[in-house]
Amino acid sequence: MTFKKLLLATALFTGVTVPALAADMTVGFSQIGSESGWRAAETSVSKTEAEKRGITLKIADAQQKQENQIKAIRSFIAQGVDAIFLAPVVATGWDAVLGEAKDAEIPVILLDRDIETKDPSLYLTAVTSDSVHEGEVAGKWLVDTVAGKACDVVELQGTVGASVATNRKEGFEKGIAGADNVKIIRSQTGEFTRTKGKEVMESFIKAENGGKGICALYAHNDDMALGAIQAIKEAGLKPGTDILVVSIDSVPDIFKAIAEGEANATVELTPNMAGPAFDALIAYKGGTEPPKWLQTESKLYTKDSNPEAQYEARKSLGY
Amino acid sequence: MRRHLPVLVTTVVFLLGFLFCAIQYPNIASTRVVMNLFTDNAFLGILAVGMTFVIISGGIDLSVGSVIAFTTVFLALAIGNWGLSPGMAFVLVLGITALFGAAMGAIIHHFEVPPFIVTLAGMFLARGVAFLMSTESLPIDAALYQEVASFSIHLPGGGRLRIIGMMMLLVFLLGGIVLHYTRFGTNVFALGGGRTTTALMGVRVGRITVAIYMLSSLLAGLAGIVFSFYTASGYSLTGVGVELDTIAAVVIGGTLLSGGAGTMFGTFIGIMIQGLIQTYITFDGSLSSWWIKIVTGLLLFLFIVLQQLLTHLARRATTGAGEKDTQARP
Repeated sequence: MTFKKLLLATALFTGVTVPALAADMTVGFSQIGSESGWRAAETSVSKTEAEKRGITLKIADAQQKQENQIKAIRSFIAQGVDAIFLAPVVATGWDAVLGEAKDAEIPVILLDRDIETKDPSLYLTAVTSDSVHEGEVAGKWLVDTVAGKACDVVELQGTVGASVATNRKEGFEKGIAGADNVKIIRSQTGEFTRTKGKEVMESFIKAENGGKGICALYAHNDDMALGAIQAIKEAGLKPGTDILVVSIDSVPDIFKAIAEGEANATVELTPNMAGPAFDALIAYKGGTEPPKWLQTESKLYTKDSNPEAQYEARKSLGY
Repeated sequence: MRRHLPVLVTTVVFLLGFLFCAIQYPNIASTRVVMNLFTDNAFLGILAVGMTFVIISGGIDLSVGSVIAFTTVFLALAIGNWGLSPGMAFVLVLGITALFGAAMGAIIHHFEVPPFIVTLAGMFLARGVAFLMSTESLPIDAALYQEVASFSIHLPGGGRLRIIGMMMLLVFLLGGIVLHYTRFGTNVFALGGGRTTTALMGVRVGRITVAIYMLSSLLAGLAGIVFSFYTASGYSLTGVGVELDTIAAVVIGGTLLSGGAGTMFGTFIGIMIQGLIQTYITFDGSLSSWWIKIVTGLLLFLFIVLQQLLTHLARRATTGAGEKDTQARP
């Protein structure tokens, strides 16, 4: 204790600024890393959302390693932050460190992914999107758009086995269920990448009589759709008109394509997970217990939602 | 004095660094953060003890990170799927990892393959087997794991000394005794000074080499057990690149990368320095975490240059003395 006082005294004496104990909140955010454009956007959006509310946000990038996330959480606890946000890299192995946070009475909010634990009291709430719902929104849009006409759909799936891919497939099927005019005729993985999306689309076009049999494309992410648009153009067809294009994520480039009429719709996986989390946190500090799951909105964007402005708003987020 | 200069420099760097961090963030100077340094770097520390032996003997062990991954996945499956008791699983996995290390040591010695190549192969092998067993992150839930996770000695100031932290301190202590106060330790130093001379002195180089790599892998297995306590799960992607962090810690701790000189205490400080950098960056919260790598890289450079300088000076001193001798003769 005296050592601490001594240090403090030295700090004051030498004029080094000791961060003031501000009355406003400090939140520590243990982020997975910056492996994808979406992840980078999530990080930059959390910064702006924190600024908006006057909250100090400390971000620790774990470089995809769980041990780094655990270390960061322990450091946050030692710093005495007011809350901890965690985007967990894996689902298991959080009980011990979250238990420590609980003992220190620091609420933990999960962002974007869930954890596996037997003790749900270890976290306050989880802010995640529902990827089944995303697929459903895309499917419903297609059913509404073709309005009863027969429509054969080709599907570009995400990485085989990834839960997002399985869910988005399931959701789309749910969305078109009941509309007998819309059916999936071909479905193959494009591994979430642009190049693979283009490649698979080329083979779809060849297999379907030069693309004449295809009415619409559903891609599990925008990147694959952008690759497929290229393939459709190279086959001499007009994407967006001859073949309708709907995909999920809402990355900036898809808005360019929508503005140019080459893509029709995109369902947003919002990078703003922190915003709802901050609101839940502020409400919690005010005495309102949030629900255990906060589902983010899966918003649909088409050419009517001012794609140019959407592109401008997103391009600097780090996608 | 010159022998201990690298350790001294490391210690001074650590103390100055700690002071710097504590002035900026007074919370760092708490038992809580210091105990966190022990807990969070426990697996790294245990690895580094083994690596110190290996590097002093003039070798390198690149397989340790993969051995951790193998160990955690093996434990998760053994306890969760095959119904083994944790104690039994620990004995089994330590046996396997020790054999693995012994095999690498034997190949290095008998086929005269550079340790770099052999342990690189070992690294791929262990990681591959881990992936083969499972690609998912598997939770381990045994009563023992909960007990270990919940047990800690509370210190004033909010610090908690946990079992894995204690294990690391114990391994460092035992490692230090073996390295500095036993014949085996002396032989390890001798081996780093030169294989042929050591053999000529009558030391059984083969046995020592096998023992060194066996020890390193065994400790990697132990680090794997500690890691499984740390996360209560097994995952084949854990410990990627950890071997390099370990080597960095050992070298920053004043051990000569070419072998023959080093201390266990220095390695401990090397680990603490890395942990401190990471803590500082989290406390700051706005710096990119890649600064950890940058600062570690700079420190590595500094220490390698320092070592080269010292070796150079030492050599000049001895040749200088030799010249004087010849001059003295008529």
